[in-house]
Amino acid sequence: MNSKIWLPAVLGLALVLQACGSNKDRTSSDGTYGSTTQTSEPYTDRIAPQPAPLDDSGFDTAAAAERALSTNVIYFDFDDTAIRAEYRGVVDAYARFLKDNPSARLRLEGHADERGTREYNLGLGERRALAVESALLAQGVSREQLSILSYGEERPEDLGHSESAWSKNRRVQLVRQ
Amino acid sequence: MQGGVEQALPIAIVPFTQIPDVKLDVAQVVEDDLRRSGRFKPLDRRDMLQKPSAPAQVDTSVWRAQGIDNVVMGQVSKTEQGYFARFFLVDSIGGQQVLGYDIPARSVDQMRYVAHQIADLIYEKLLGIPGYFNTKIAYVSAEGIGYQRNFELIVADADGWNPRVVATSREPLLSPAWSPDRKQLAYVGFERGRSAIYLHTLATGDVKRLVSERGINGSPTFSPDGRFLAMTLSFENNPDIYVVDLKTGNRRRLTDHYGIDTEPAWSPDGSKLAFTSDRGGQPQIYEISVNGGDPRRVTFEGRQNLRASYSPDGRSMALVNNTDGRYRIGLLDLGSGEMRVLSNGPLDESPSFAPGGAVVIYATQGRKGAELATVSVEGSVRQSLRQSGGDVREPAWSPLIR
Repeated sequence: MNSKIWLPAVLGLALVLQACGSNKDRTSSDGTYGSTTQTSEPYTDRIAPQPAPLDDSGFDTAAAAERALSTNVIYFDFDDTAIRAEYRGVVDAYARFLKDNPSARLRLEGHADERGTREYNLGLGERRALAVESALLAQGVSREQLSILSYGEERPEDLGHSESAWSKNRRVQLVRQ
Repeated sequence: MQGGVEQALPIAIVPFTQIPDVKLDVAQVVEDDLRRSGRFKPLDRRDMLQKPSAPAQVDTSVWRAQGIDNVVMGQVSKTEQGYFARFFLVDSIGGQQVLGYDIPARSVDQMRYVAHQIADLIYEKLLGIPGYFNTKIAYVSAEGIGYQRNFELIVADADGWNPRVVATSREPLLSPAWSPDRKQLAYVGFERGRSAIYLHTLATGDVKRLVSERGINGSPTFSPDGRFLAMTLSFENNPDIYVVDLKTGNRRRLTDHYGIDTEPAWSPDGSKLAFTSDRGGQPQIYEISVNGGDPRRVTFEGRQNLRASYSPDGRSMALVNNTDGRYRIGLLDLGSGEMRVLSNGPLDESPSFAPGGAVVIYATQGRKGAELATVSVEGSVRQSLRQSGGDVREPAWSPLIR
């Protein structure tokens, strides 16, 4: 049973970190990739670099952590499950919060934009939630504190049909239970 | 309505003579049914040079001169037994009546079903395959935004009329699928932070939660014999295809890959399933034997291909094709490998064959939101369906009950 649980974490982590480390093709204006070669092997087995720690050399660490914790949405690129560098602080803050509060529970709700089919998008939403879960587990958060739910494209934040709407819908919402 | 109809049969459906308390234009319903099939090209009423209501009144030379081989006419009346429609199909070349029926209606509001039956009879007589106009469609309607969204599962007539809400939820409802006997719908819902696959018995309204594992519970689809339900479950790591025996509850895992495997569809003979998988990087369609084994990739054209379903004859597949960011309904010939695009996009999805396979219903982005449209496999006759409010999507065409 342990190995079953462990496997997605390893895969998810590999995913997150591979994508963090590489300069993936971004969505062009019409929503397509310029190249498919980068994305054709999303599960490459790479050695994970350590997630960057919160930059606490600044003025007010506590305030920064609180701000990151109040950010409860992580947005993603098209057809991608990589946590962008700008959200590392959010992940770190949640990891710290969960470790400091062992009774706290967090639900990771994965979402996708409307492009592609609904059931495939349930899969993409779950992958994104797993990516966030893996990042939290990597920082020592207990699995028992986390749960995952994919809504796919069923709960859009923005009902529009442009990239600006889609970029708001590709997300993981961190919901404190 | 758009699309070419070169191979369509010319036909005239003359307005019926009707008693005043029947408001429905029966001939118009028949005409709309036949036109949407893409197999018929009905003559515009304004071009009709005579309007017979019985075969004796037909001047065959008039119709022949207009290139119309088949003329439909009729009357709607009432006797002590109730309302009925009498209709005739006349072959203007042989000058013979080839079809003539009295079809009773229990009440005036049943007249639409009488019209669909007439269309069925004409379709079968002239094409040799059963009509599908007296069937149903199931679909999902959503209104509101974010967590205020309300979802409804609706069953309507095949032309979009008479919608009936069969389930409502403040959580998403998706992927309705008909049992082959048309008595049950399987669909996906969410309850208490989990997704689940439900079985809804239409006659009783009884709802049974069939599967609710951790993670994704999705894409339910009945085997052609109704004994099994294929589905997507992700509790054993990531989305894979499973087959559940509905009698014993036994569950069998069919695919085992770290990519997303989803959207299973049974072949008409039940021997294999098609499914969507991104094991090659991008989602494409694969086939696997119902007994398992190595899947075989079947789509290669376009950046992505998703959510395939087999045509009733098993020779082709309807699917969602993404080329250059446009999501359109494609028809893949499984013999030649040739892909034909049936719709315009840019965000079309959820193709579902009508019984007989002449027409595919799908969801598309309309001016006022998502709506349903049909496209004929021959001639690509496209038409949007009558709408209820909200975003309407995920149509599933019911089987034919003979």
